[in-house]
Amino acid sequence: MDYSDLRRQAAYMKKSLFDQGYLDEQFYQLEDLQDDVSPNFVEEVVTLFFKDSSRLLSNIEQALEKNSPDFQKLDSLTHQLKGSTSSIGALKVKNECTLLREYCNKENLDGCFRTFQKVKREHAILRQKLEAYFQLLRQIGPAEGASRPVI
Amino acid sequence: MTVEEKWGSMGGDEDQGDQFPIGMRVLAVDDDPTCLKVLENLLLRCQYHVTTTNQAIKALNMLRENKDKFDLVISDVHMPDMDGFKLLELVGLEMDLPVIMLSANGNKDAVMMGISHGACDYLLKPVRIEELRNIWQHVVRRRKFDHKERCSFDNGEDHDKPLAANSEGTQTIGDNGPLDHSGKVNRKRKDQNEEDEDYCDENTHESEDPSSQKKPRVVWSVELHRKFVAAVNQLGIDKAVPKRILDLMNVEKLTRENVASHLQKYRLYLKRLSAVASQQANMAAALGGRDTSYLHMGTFNGFGNFHGLSTSGPLQGFTAFQPSGISRRTNPNLLGLPGLAPGTVQIGLTQNTTNNHMSDLSKFQHIVAPSNQHENLLQGIPTSLELDQLQQNQKRIQEANNRLPGVFSGASNNSFISAANSSMILQGHQQQTELRGLISQSSIAMPSIGADRLEMSSGVTSHLPDLSRCNETWQSAPSLSGYNANTLSMGSSYGNDNMASSNMGGNLASAVPQFNGNPLNITSNNLLTTAQDSLMGRDMQCRTSSLSGNTLLMPSGIDVDPKFLNFKSSANLKQKLEDPTQLNALESNITLSSSLTSTLPNQTLLNTVADSQRLHSRTYSKKVDGNTISPPCFDTSFMSVYTKMNKSNIDSRLTFNEENMLGSSKMQGGFASSNCNFDELMNAMIKPERDDVIFVDGEIGSDLFPLSTCM
Repeated sequence: MDYSDLRRQAAYMKKSLFDQGYLDEQFYQLEDLQDDVSPNFVEEVVTLFFKDSSRLLSNIEQALEKNSPDFQKLDSLTHQLKGSTSSIGALKVKNECTLLREYCNKENLDGCFRTFQKVKREHAILRQKLEAYFQLLRQIGPAEGASRPVI
Repeated sequence: MTVEEKWGSMGGDEDQGDQFPIGMRVLAVDDDPTCLKVLENLLLRCQYHVTTTNQAIKALNMLRENKDKFDLVISDVHMPDMDGFKLLELVGLEMDLPVIMLSANGNKDAVMMGISHGACDYLLKPVRIEELRNIWQHVVRRRKFDHKERCSFDNGEDHDKPLAANSEGTQTIGDNGPLDHSGKVNRKRKDQNEEDEDYCDENTHESEDPSSQKKPRVVWSVELHRKFVAAVNQLGIDKAVPKRILDLMNVEKLTRENVASHLQKYRLYLKRLSAVASQQANMAAALGGRDTSYLHMGTFNGFGNFHGLSTSGPLQGFTAFQPSGISRRTNPNLLGLPGLAPGTVQIGLTQNTTNNHMSDLSKFQHIVAPSNQHENLLQGIPTSLELDQLQQNQKRIQEANNRLPGVFSGASNNSFISAANSSMILQGHQQQTELRGLISQSSIAMPSIGADRLEMSSGVTSHLPDLSRCNETWQSAPSLSGYNANTLSMGSSYGNDNMASSNMGGNLASAVPQFNGNPLNITSNNLLTTAQDSLMGRDMQCRTSSLSGNTLLMPSGIDVDPKFLNFKSSANLKQKLEDPTQLNALESNITLSSSLTSTLPNQTLLNTVADSQRLHSRTYSKKVDGNTISPPCFDTSFMSVYTKMNKSNIDSRLTFNEENMLGSSKMQGGFASSNCNFDELMNAMIKPERDDVIFVDGEIGSDLFPLSTCM
C-alpha cells in the first residue's frame, strides 16, 4: 500500500471538507484530542454524533408532521441538534439548524419544513463524506501510528 | 459514562498546592452524548478528573453522596430530566460548589438566566479547550472567599488581631449566645468548619500576609439572620444594599462582604419562592385542585427539614411568622411554609436531603422574606424536581425517621421531607448555616385547607412549643404569608391508622398563626407529619391560602384523624417550650397531640377556619375520629384565635399567640391547648384514610393557610 498516496488523499479530502464549509474549527479540536490513549477518538465521536443526530432528526420530523406542531418542542429538539453539530464542527448542518430554529420561533411551519429538508440533506452529505474519510484513514491506519493526515 | 476515581481528600487545594488545577475533580452533565464525550475528553486533556453523567438527577445524587467528591460542576442548560438552571441552583445551594453552565444558546437572556441562578460561568458550545483550561479559577476563587469567611473573623480584616478570641476559628457573628444551638444548627457546616478551623489556626500565625488571611466563615445564626431580614425589610428589598444592611444590623465583626453574599443568596431564594409559587399554581391547576394554592412542603428531614415550601401562584406567599407575642426561642425546626406573596416565608431548608438528620431540628431553616414583598417570591421550584426529590428524600427521611420517636411514623418524614427537599431551592438558600439560625423554628403555615382533602404529607415535626421560639425567630422574618406556592407535602400518614401517631397534628400544629400581620409559626418545626404513605405519588400539596401575612399552619380542612391527635405526648410541651434547643421534640409534638382535646373543638376551629378558608369542613368532620385525641385543652383563646384567624384578623391571632404562647409557662397551658388545637386541627385535617388529603388553600385571605396536599 502506498501510504503516502493514501495520506495525501486523506489530506486532500479533509481540506476540501473544510474549504467547502462542511467542517469547521471544532473538528480540529477533536483531532487534537486524539492521541495514543484514544487513537480513534474522532471517529468515535463522529459515529456517536450521527447516531444521536439521526434520532433527533426523526424526532423533529415527527414533530413537524403533526397537525398542530409543537413549536416549543421543535425548538428544543433543534437546539439539541445544534448543540451536537457544533460540538463536532459540522458547520453546514449547524447553520441549517440555526435557520430552522428561527423558523420555529416565528412559527413558520412552511419555513420549518423547507429548512428541515436542508438539514437532513446536509446531514446525509456530511455523513457520507466523513465515512469515506474515515475509511481512508483506516486504510492508512493505526499501523502507521499517524492517523492524522497532514494538511 | 466514565467514572474516574476521585483523588484523595476533598479537593485538597492544600495538598495540591502546586499541582492544582491538575486533578481537579469535575462533574460533567449533559444529555447529549456527543457533547458529553467531547467535553469529557477536553477536560481530560486539561488533566482534570472527570466524571460524566447524562442525567441531572444522577448528578445530584452523586453530589449529595459526598459533597467533597467534586470541585466543580459543568452542566448543560438544556436537559430533558431537569432544567440545567435548577440543577445549578440546587448545587449551588446545597453543595456550594461552583457550577458552570454550558449551552449552545448564547442569547443574552440565557446568559442572564445563568448568572442570576448563580452560575460561575457560562460557556457556549462548542466548548473550546482554552476556555476549559481556565475553569479552575472558579474553584479557587470560591475557596478563597469561603475561607475568608470561615476563618476567624478577627483575622479577616485586621490581620493583626489575635486569633485568641476566636480560637475555634468559627464564630457566630453577632449572637454568640446560642453557639451551641448554632452548632447544632449548623451541623453541616461543622465538618467544613472543622477543616477550616484547622486551616485557620494555621493561618493565624501568618497574620502578616493579608491576602492569605482566612476569615472565618460567618455563621448565619437565627439571630443574625433575623436581624438581617429585619434590616432588609426596613430598607425594602429593592433598596437593601449591603452597606446599609450592615449598618442597620449593627453587628460587630460582620463585614459588608458577608452581608452581600448573604443578601445575594437571600434574593435568589426569594425569587425561587415566587417562581415556585407560579409553578405551584400551575400544578394546582393541573391537579385540578379545588384550591388555588397548593402548598408544597419542603422535605422535612426527620423533624422536617423543611425545605422551602413552594407555594402556588395564587398564594400570595406568606409572610414570615412573627409571633410577636411569642417569646423568642430559636427553634431549629422551623417549618415555614413559604408564602409567596407578601413576606414570603422561605423555609430554610436546613439540610439537604443528604443530611437528613432527623433529629436535627435545626434543619429547618426558615427564611423569611420581607413582609413587604407582595409578590410571589418563590421561584419556579420545579415540581417535578420536587417530586423527584420527594422520592429521594422519602427514602432518606425514612431512614432518618427511625430516629424519630415512635410518634412519628417514619413514613411521614419521607414524604414530607422529600417534598420539602424538592424545594431544594429554598433549601439551598440555607447553605446550612445561613438561615439555620434564623428560622430555627419550623413554622409551618398550613393554609386553611379549603380543599376537601388535606393531604398532609411529610411529617413535619411540629413543636408547638416552639411557637414561642418561632416568635422570636420570626420577628425579624416577615410574616409568612400564604404558602401559595408551597406545596405542603406533609408526609402525613394518610389513610394509615398510623396516622394517629403521626405527627401530623403536631406538625401542622406548627402552623403559627400570624397575628398582627406577622405570620406566626405555630409550630415551628413541630410539624411532624408523618407521611406514612409514600408521598411520592402524592403531590402533597398544601395549599396555603395566601394569608396575608398570616401564616397559620392550620391543618384546617385536614381531616385529622383523631389518631393523629394521639401523639404520644412524650415531652411536655412545657419542656419544649422552655427548651428551644430541643427541637427534636417529636415528643413535644406528641405532647401537643396528647394535649389535643377532643376533636370537637378542633372541628369547630377547623370549621371556622374552613369556612373562612373555604375549608371543606366536611372533610374535617368526617375525618376526625376523635378517638385518639385526648381531650384537647382547647383553649377558648385558641378558639378565638382560630376564629380570628379565619377572619384574617391578624391582630387577634397575635393576641392569641401572645396569650397562649407567651412565656413558656403560659405556653404550656395555652400553648398546649393551642397546640392541641393545632394538632387536632392538623389531625383533623389529615385524612388518614386517604392519601389524598389536600390542603386546600382556602382563601384564607390572610388567614390560615389551608393545607392542601395533593396526592
